[in-house]
Formats: sequence, C-alpha cells, structure tokens
Amino acid sequence: MGNKQSTFRDDQLDEYQDCTFFTSKEILRLHGRFRDLAPNVVPLDYTNNPDVTLPSSLIITMPELKENPFRYRILETFSEDGEGNLTFYDFVDLFSVLSETAPLDLKIIYAFRIYDFNRDGFLCLEDVEETVHRLTGEELRVEERRLVARRVMEEADLDGDGKLSLIDFQNMISRAPDFISTFHIRI
Amino acid sequence: MYVVFYPSHSGAVSNPLLDQLPSYQSLLYRRKSSGTSSTKRRSLNRGRHGSTSSRSGSGRWASGRLEERPPTLRSTADQRPARELPWSMEEKRRHKEQRLQQCGDLGGWAQWRMSARHYLKRMKEDGQDLLSALQLWRADIHMIEGMFGTGIQSYFSFLRFLVLLNFVMFLLMFSFVMLPIVISTHTSFVNSTFTGGTGSECSVYPPTSRQGLVVFHQHIIDLLSGTGFLEQTYLFYGYYKVNNIHFPSFSYNLPLAYLLCTITYLLLSLLWIVKRSATGFKRKLVQDEDRFQSFCNKVFAGWDFCITNENAARLKHSSLLYELKTDLEEERIRQKMAERSRKEKCRIYCLRVALNLFVIAVLVCCFYCIYSATIFSQQKQAQDQQYYFIVELIFEYLPSIVITLANFITPIIFSIIISFEDYSPAFEIRFTLMRCVFMRLASIGVLLFSLWSQITSCSNGVCTCGYNHTLYPCWETHVGQEMYKLMIFDLLIVSSVTVFVEFPRKILVNHCECGLVKWWGQQEFAIPQNVLEIVYGQTICWIGTFYCPLMPAINTIKYFLVFYIKKVTLVNNCRPASRPFRASSSTFFFLAVLLIGLALATVPVTVSIAQIRSSDACGPFVNFTTSWEAVPRAVSQLPLGVMTFLNALSSEAFAVSFFVITCLAMFYVIALAGAHKRVITQLRDQLAMEGRDKRFLIQKLCQAQSELPSRTSRSRASHGYHGNPHSSTSGVFVVQPLTHYETQA
Repeated sequence: MGNKQSTFRDDQLDEYQDCTFFTSKEILRLHGRFRDLAPNVVPLDYTNNPDVTLPSSLIITMPELKENPFRYRILETFSEDGEGNLTFYDFVDLFSVLSETAPLDLKIIYAFRIYDFNRDGFLCLEDVEETVHRLTGEELRVEERRLVARRVMEEADLDGDGKLSLIDFQNMISRAPDFISTFHIRI
Repeated sequence: MYVVFYPSHSGAVSNPLLDQLPSYQSLLYRRKSSGTSSTKRRSLNRGRHGSTSSRSGSGRWASGRLEERPPTLRSTADQRPARELPWSMEEKRRHKEQRLQQCGDLGGWAQWRMSARHYLKRMKEDGQDLLSALQLWRADIHMIEGMFGTGIQSYFSFLRFLVLLNFVMFLLMFSFVMLPIVISTHTSFVNSTFTGGTGSECSVYPPTSRQGLVVFHQHIIDLLSGTGFLEQTYLFYGYYKVNNIHFPSFSYNLPLAYLLCTITYLLLSLLWIVKRSATGFKRKLVQDEDRFQSFCNKVFAGWDFCITNENAARLKHSSLLYELKTDLEEERIRQKMAERSRKEKCRIYCLRVALNLFVIAVLVCCFYCIYSATIFSQQKQAQDQQYYFIVELIFEYLPSIVITLANFITPIIFSIIISFEDYSPAFEIRFTLMRCVFMRLASIGVLLFSLWSQITSCSNGVCTCGYNHTLYPCWETHVGQEMYKLMIFDLLIVSSVTVFVEFPRKILVNHCECGLVKWWGQQEFAIPQNVLEIVYGQTICWIGTFYCPLMPAINTIKYFLVFYIKKVTLVNNCRPASRPFRASSSTFFFLAVLLIGLALATVPVTVSIAQIRSSDACGPFVNFTTSWEAVPRAVSQLPLGVMTFLNALSSEAFAVSFFVITCLAMFYVIALAGAHKRVITQLRDQLAMEGRDKRFLIQKLCQAQSELPSRTSRSRASHGYHGNPHSSTSGVFVVQPLTHYETQA
C-alpha cells in the first residue's frame, strides 16, 4: 500500500484490523493519540510489541472520556489488570468496541460489564442505584434513586431473582432503542 | 480452578455454581495472559480467610484462558470473526492464529477462497471509509454531536438528508425537462415545435417585462417576487412552450416528460423517506407499548458517550435529572388520575371540550386572516397601481407575512392552553406538537385554496376559459410566483431572526444585569419548532416544483444556507433545550412529519394536474384541456399491444382487484405481526420460568452436595470425589469444580 510509517509492521497492522473495527489509518491515528498522552513513555516504534502501560489518571484526561461519569469503570473493564491501566492493545480495544461499526451484542456485553460496579456478574439493585447516582449526582434523594432502580428492575428482571443477568440485560436493551446511538465514542 | 461455596442457610442460591454455567462463562472478565501474576494472586487469595477475598477472587477473575472455556462456547466462537468476540486482544489474536492453523490444514482451494474473502473485506472497508469521508458536513455534525448531543445532531442530519433530496429532485427536472430544451435552442440539428395558441381570447398573454425606463427598486421587487424579468425565464412554468423536440432519431414529447417528472419526484421522495424511516419503525412495531419513555432507556442508554464538552455534560446531567423527575411525577399524576372522582372527571372533560373549541376558533380565525390577506394581495396586484417601494413589497408578501405571524403566535397560545387541560407531561408535549404541525401545514392549504378561488372567480359568474383569463392569463406561473415568494420570505425570516433577535439576545443576556433579561434567558434550540420550519419549506417545494421547475435548486441552496445559519446560531447563542428530545423517537418524528407534508403536498398537485383547466396562453399543456391529458394522448400513440395493456392497467376492474389484493396483503402482515407479538410474550414468560427452574435445580444440587460429605465421612468411601473437604466450624468447603467431577466420574 506504500505507507511509509514505521510504527507497526504490516502484519501487525493486519492483525489489528482483524481484531478491531478500525482501518489501518485509524489505528495509526489512535497510536498518535496514545502517544500524545505520554510522549516520553510510549515509544514511536511498536514493531517489537513493547509492554507499555499508561495509568488511568492519564487516560481520563482525554476529551472523549473526561466528561463521562463512567470513565473509571470503562477503563477498569478494558484493562488487563482490572485497575484501569491500559496497554495499547486495551486502548484500541476500548475504542473499537465503542465505535460505530461494532455490533450491538458486543456492545451489550461490554455495557453489562461496565455497569456491574461490584463485579459479581450481575446487575443487582445497588449497581443500578449507583448508575442512577452517577447520572444525576446529588440532585435526586436517596428514596427517589431507589424508586428508579426498583422500576428498572421491574421492567428488566425476567427470572425474578432480584438482579439482572446478562440475558435480562440483553433483552432489556431491546426496550432501550437509544442504546446503539448513545453507547458510542467518536475518536 | 478452585471454588468456594457456602452451605445455603437461607435457601438462597450460591454463586459459585452459577459461575460455571455457560451463560455466565460468556461474561468472563479479562485476566493478564501471563500465568505468573494470576497464580500469585490466587495463592494470595487462598492464604486469606474470610468471605470477601474468596468471593472477589473467584467472581472477578474467572478464567480467561482459551483452553479452559467450555467446548460449546468455543464452537460458537469459531464461527464469528475475531473482532466480534468479547475477549481481550491477546485472546483474539490467539484465536485468529488457531483458525489460520486450522485453515492451513485445508486444501489449497479453500485457502485461496479464504484469502480472497479477506482481501475483499479489506477493500470493502476501505471503500466505505472513503465514502464516509466524502459525506457532506461530516466534521461539522461530529462537532455538534460532541457539544450538544445526539438530539440536536439528528436535526442537522435531517437537514443534510433534505439537501440531498432536493438536489436529486433538481437533477431529475433538469435532465428530463430543461436539458432537452437547452439542447434544442442552442444546437442546429435539433428543432422543436412550439405550442401554438388557438387564437382565442384565452391565449392572449400580454408581455410582463417592464418597458422603458425602469426604476432600480422595480428590479429588486421583481427579484423578490418573481415578476418582471424573472417571469419569462426557465424559472416558471410559462416559459416551457415547447411541444415536441425532434432529435435525429426520435421525437421527445416534452409535456409528457414534464408530467412524468412531477410524478417521479413525488414517488421518489416517498420511497426515500419510507426507506429512511424503516429502521425506526421496525423497532417500534416489535415493542408492545411506547417504551421510548421507559426507565431502562433513560438509565442505561441515557448518557451520551459522545459528549466531550463540559457545558454539554452539565446540561446532559440536568436533562437526565429532569427526565427522571418527570417520569416519577408522571407516575404520581397517573395515580392521581386513577383516583379522580366522577365529579372531577366531568369537570375536566367539560374544560377540555371548551378549550378544544377555543383552539378550533383560534385556528379558524387564523385561516380566515390568511384567506383575506391573500384576496387583498391579489386584488392589489391586479390593480397594478404604483405605490411606494416598501408598500408594494408588503402587498406582494402579505400572505407570507400573515402565515409567519400566525405560526409564531399559535404555538404560544397552544402551550398556554394545554397547561389548563391537565394531561400528563409527555402527552402535553405530543399534543401541542400535533396542533402546531396541523397549523403549519394547513396554512399552506388555505393559501392555495384562496388562490384557487381567486383564479376561478370571474367578474360575470361563469368563466369562459375555465379560469379568469383577464387577470391571470398564465395562472400556473402566478401560483409558482406565490410559492416562490413563500420560500424567499421563509429564508429571509430565518436569517433576519438569527441576526436581529438571537445575537442581540445573547449580547443582552451576557452584559445586562436586569432581572427581566435574566428571566428571558439565553436562547434555547427548540428542535420541534426548527423541524417544523424546514418541513414547511420542503412542503412548499414539493407543491411549487410543478409550477416553478427550478424550485428544488433554490431550495437546495436555501437549506445549504440554513445549515450554516443554524450552526452559527447554535454554537454562539444557544444552550441545549432543558426538555430533552431523544434521538430515537426524534428521527421517527421528523420523518413522520415530513411524510404528512408530502401527503399534503400531493393533494394540490394532483388536483391541479387532473381537474383544473390548464391555461391556454403559456406552458407545455396548451393543447390539452387538463395537464393529465398528455398521458392518454401519448398512450394512444403507442403500439396496439402496449396500449391495450396500459388501458387494462388503468381500468376499474384492475384498480378494484389491485385494491382488494393490497388489502389482503395488509391484513396478512398485520396478523403476522400480531402472532409475533404473542410469541414474544410467550417466550418472555418461558424465559422467566426457566430462570426459576434453574435456581430451583441449583438449590437442590447444593442441598444434595451438602449431604454428601456427611455420608462419605460416615462410610469412608470417596469414589468420584476429589480434593479435601475441610469441615471447619465456619462451614466453608473447598471442592473441585463440577466439570472435573463429571469428566472423572
């Protein structure tokens, strides 16, 4: 193709294109963004797969994530160590899942993981309450938050166990038609 | 993998068994692929006692390694491309390598097919990338989305769609109607026959271009109202006097082409709008009630992840808060309404009837004003007296001014009235919107009706030519001029409101400390009103294109300018609406209103083509009584077979049977949709039942397992049971996972 970049080998770029929803141009652009966060730490040359991890405190300064109330949870979900520190793989994976072309079921799985604050594999009442809390701040009273969370449970909990499994969540997204348009980040 | 569980004291299901279910395995969280760190963590967890560590250990770091996934999951994963799997990058790469290895075992032909498919996929992606880069205003809409969210962005996408639609309409009219005429007038090997007048008094068409010394402001009036020098140009219907164009090999029937272009652009618009609204409508059909307002939608799909601006984020928080509060309020109101006594219900219904009558009275009053303004304006134009420049312009534009004023005042009246009618907040918004849509689109209808009554009313009762030939020798051009004036005035209003109202408002709000000004506040970008404005403009274009073939081109330019005007005012003057407008329902709303506009536009066009006598003095349809007559005459010149076929298509027998078949198809599809909905409800109930069964079975299993150690400790037989059961006082057991148990049993 005649690209004169020396950041990645051609087979690496090919691999990235197969494993994400980005084209090679976008992957190079993402590498530029990753490098801009810490130019001294992230090398320009990624041909030998350096193991560089950026801390979450640096990544949430990005404008795309800065205003998001769930930014820490997003980073924790996509990081290998669960603490929010991302390698370049995780970084690309994050934006790939949140891109426009990612399919709905993939987004649903990751959205479930993001909203699962206590990481027990289910969205229990506390998880939903915490979501509402993050969305509205301190403006709603505690009883109102609990009421909203209970309504959500009523609408979504099919098997009646008091918490939402992945299947409940998947079914519930069919009643949330805005999901596909709001759960995406443009980069 | 070691698992910890607790004996169920309360009968609740224990988590660890659920961990091993295939449905849970698909949710596995990430883990670093290097084994050392994870084993270190595991051993650390085992060392600690207590519930928290073990629960967090097993729950969080369920195995992520490829080999340990249950076989069923791996086989389904094999079918999907690597990037659609919810695994980390390392695992996806290894999955891809495994698949490549498997393919290496296949023959050369399968390998070539795979690599060809891969290459084609790459090409398709690159092509799509290029196409999306060519999209109009991509960067602008991206920026708007980041600053204001998807609700307002959908308005701008809608505007972009209309620009494209108008451009395609212009291309259609240009290539089939204007281009042949241009070719015939400017080349020598093509000549055309013109529509000759019948010589009667109906075909007298006095020249309208101004003679002698023309004052400069007359030119401006001509430009703004389509009279004078503009009247005898390609802009209006009257200029297309050509009957047949004789190309070297065939003859081109221009009237037929003109008519067919009109029908085509209406059909094309319909198809394109329906296609665009298909996705939103499909989703709406599947859901049983109106779920756009559900809590799940607001909580889990409420936050717009595209927002990058601090202000926008703050406003999004407050709009979500407003929405949730409104919903809670609605629940309270619904309860209150259910508890209403009969006397109260009676009072409310009487009040609603009275207020609706008042609304109808307001509408009738506005329509009457528009009607009389049109009559007055027509009479003043017919008198042809010389007035002041501005006064003359006002007389020309009087209907447009009255329509704009009415459309400015009535929404305010409606929103005041509806607060007395005591509906739920969501219904209030929708009902007000319906009333505004009706007002906007009906005002065009009233204008056309009043024009029509003027054109067909002659001084001595019956019109000899079917229309008033003395005042309106070329009435189609006249109607075209009125539509042209409406459109120009719309553009003028949009730009002058932005310049003279919104910018000063922003300056006032920012610099003035007066209480009144602060109450007025900064401009809000009200999406429904803006959408109604552009749908109104598009309806005018659809009606006017038959009389003014260049109208789509002017409309394209107009919407192009409107995009930039609105973008500038949005970025500089506006804050997003405090009442949020959801993207999903809004796209459906935009396209629904546009469809209503299209339906409304089709009526006058159809009536004027089929019923009204086309004028004898100008235009391509001079030799026909009505414009539609061009089609039967053209059909009669076709070969016999085709003619009988087309005649059969237009006969009553065919129409009735076609109608019956369409009705049957519609009933079938409705029945199918109903059956699907029933199946969905049944499946939902079944899903709930399965969940309960699952919990019941797991409970039984746990009970059975808890009984087993007591038996083995008694009988000392340990067949099939591995590991060390510690029967400590805390009641914690460590057992091997179930999979190993089964394989070795």
